Amino acid sequence: MTAVLEVRDLRTEFFTAAGTVRAVNDVSFSLDEGEIIGLVGESGSGKSVTGFSLLGLIDAPGRITGGSVRLNGSELVGMSRGELRRRRGREIAMIFQDPIATLNPLLTIGQQMGLALSAHERLSPKATEDRCTEALERVGIPSARARLKSYPHEFSGGMRQRVAIAIALLHRPKVIVADEPTTALDVSIQAQIVTEMKMLAREFGVAMIWISHDLAVVSGIASRILVMYAGRIVETGTAAEVLRNPIHPYTRGLLDSMPHATRPGEMLRQIPGSMPSMLSLPPGCAFAPRCPRADAACTAVPELVQQGGRSWRCVHPLTQPDHEGATA
Amino acid sequence: MLAFIVQRALQAILVMAVMSVIVFVGVYAVGNPVDIVIPPDATIAMREEVIRRLGLDLPLWKQYGIFAWNLLHGDFGRSFVYNMPVLELIGGRLPATLELVLISILFATVVGVSLGIYAGVKPDSLLSKLIMGLSILGFSVPSFWVGLILILTFAVSLGILPAGGRGETVTVFGVPWSFLTLNGLSHIVLPALNLALFKLAMMIRLARAGTREAMLSDTVKFARAAGLSEATILRRHVLKLISIPIITVFGLELGSTLAFAVVTETIFSWPGVGKLIIDSITVLDRPVMVAYLVLTAFLFVMINFTVDLVFAAIDPRIRSGRQSA
Ligand SMILES: Nc1ncnc2c1ncn2[C@@H]1O[C@H](COP(=O)(O)OP(=O)(O)O)[C@@H](O)[C@H]1O
Ligand code: SF4
Ligand SMILES: [Mg+2]
Repeated sequence: MTAVLEVRDLRTEFFTAAGTVRAVNDVSFSLDEGEIIGLVGESGSGKSVTGFSLLGLIDAPGRITGGSVRLNGSELVGMSRGELRRRRGREIAMIFQDPIATLNPLLTIGQQMGLALSAHERLSPKATEDRCTEALERVGIPSARARLKSYPHEFSGGMRQRVAIAIALLHRPKVIVADEPTTALDVSIQAQIVTEMKMLAREFGVAMIWISHDLAVVSGIASRILVMYAGRIVETGTAAEVLRNPIHPYTRGLLDSMPHATRPGEMLRQIPGSMPSMLSLPPGCAFAPRCPRADAACTAVPELVQQGGRSWRCVHPLTQPDHEGATA
Repeated sequence: MLAFIVQRALQAILVMAVMSVIVFVGVYAVGNPVDIVIPPDATIAMREEVIRRLGLDLPLWKQYGIFAWNLLHGDFGRSFVYNMPVLELIGGRLPATLELVLISILFATVVGVSLGIYAGVKPDSLLSKLIMGLSILGFSVPSFWVGLILILTFAVSLGILPAGGRGETVTVFGVPWSFLTLNGLSHIVLPALNLALFKLAMMIRLARAGTREAMLSDTVKFARAAGLSEATILRRHVLKLISIPIITVFGLELGSTLAFAVVTETIFSWPGVGKLIIDSITVLDRPVMVAYLVLTAFLFVMINFTVDLVFAAIDPRIRSGRQSA
């Protein structure tokens, strides 16, 4: 497998009046062709900013201040605006949480798809209509050609998100960043969309970064999981291993607060406390104030340890994988 | 859509009926025009004759009845002072006001929206700060003062633009227009600028606020993520998203400026309806006042109606859902 996306030591900072927010802090990972990885963490941990950084869509007062993002072999960090724009939508696409907000209420679906198409291709009106129809059919929208004339408010929430997915897939990009794409939807629709996106990803060989605050949703679609806390990746591994044998106390906390992790009648165990403000991160491990295992050793930022296909940032890991990759 | 139009039309008729009563009674209460219309040395007999001819001896409800009946037949009555049909009188003045107001509002909208969008897209640039400073100025200085300064600067000191009047006109479809001659145009510049300044400031603020909100919206983020260029995003997404408040204000301003361009028209001796109405108030020329106010109400009703239609054309949610609203 070759990596379509390689992220090394990525750093994104916001220079606000209140101080510097390091929303993405030395993030590294790679994404293979057709692979789906999940990026999990509580709200405010830097997942969305990571996603936007990958598309070069960080606006002032923010900026990528370090590291590298290689997409299909070319370096995106430092690339000109025009070059970046030509890659967005064509090589890497993104979908968002709330399809009501992402689609323009004043334009028809056909007009919006047409705009996305013409961003990269010159097509006749007829060819545009055919392409858009095809794209809508692929994501399971009935009587697609007629629906091109419909406006977003004439679709249900799930259908709207399918339209957004169709737009993201128009140019068959290699990578899609899906930022909480099912969070705003009903639970039953969530499951449908997850299944469909898994199939689409396989069919098109598109790799995905599936961002969610919900470990349960991510474990249903991703083969690998990155756990993010306060701008840093604190643990990675295959979905099965991370769920079965979490190494980082934060991951353990996320697992314990999942509804099905507890026996019936038992209270959900939320992680005590809340994420620290990114403006005033504690020195050392950012999780220390909430961590049951914290001690004096945690006052230095834990190094990233890589072993047996997993990695973590914690001086007191819960378990340690052996060298073959199986977890003890 | 048809139901919407019919409903709006009925509403408009009701508003007009109520307005005509309020206007008529209101103007009646202002004062008795008899003393102004009739020369002081007239005999009692002449006096009574005039009062009877003008219908001023009838009870109020009867006077209104006659007025309303004539109105329905398109007859607004005759001016006491000019002794000519009111409609002709107002019609003769309207083109002057119309061209002045349209030019100033179109200028304010086109320039204001462009500057506002720029300031919204680049809020931190020096030019944007300059634009916003200008808009605060436009809000805070009184219009008559700006008018005087404009005259002092461009007409008196520099002597490059005329201080008042309409200048040369060209007659098209039997109506004289100034903006079609170079000389006429030079006469329009200062009053139009004077009239436009406040509206310009308002359009800048409106467009900037809308643009800033739109630029931060998920719609724009999603469009960027799809690789649309900033120019396309501005043209196809942002302009549409900010259009509704702008059209609302455009309509309201068009109506109120057409009706009340008085200050500017007075300062620049612009022979429009504003001056006519002020004159007719001072001499209590009742038919002119009534007709003018009724026409103004009609103007507002029509503008609101048009604005609603434009909304429906722009926003599909209004077309499909809120017809009954
Ligand atoms: N435009 C911005 N200006 C300043 N800080 C920002 C901006 N966008 C995001 N941040 C900060 O970056 C951090 C991560 O945000 P985000 O990536 O949206 O979190 P998540 O998606 O994980 O919920 C937050 O602390 C947030 O305050
Ligand atoms: S480094 Fe220390 S504080 Fe941080 S997670 Fe590990 S044990 Fe907890
Ligand atoms: Mg987010």
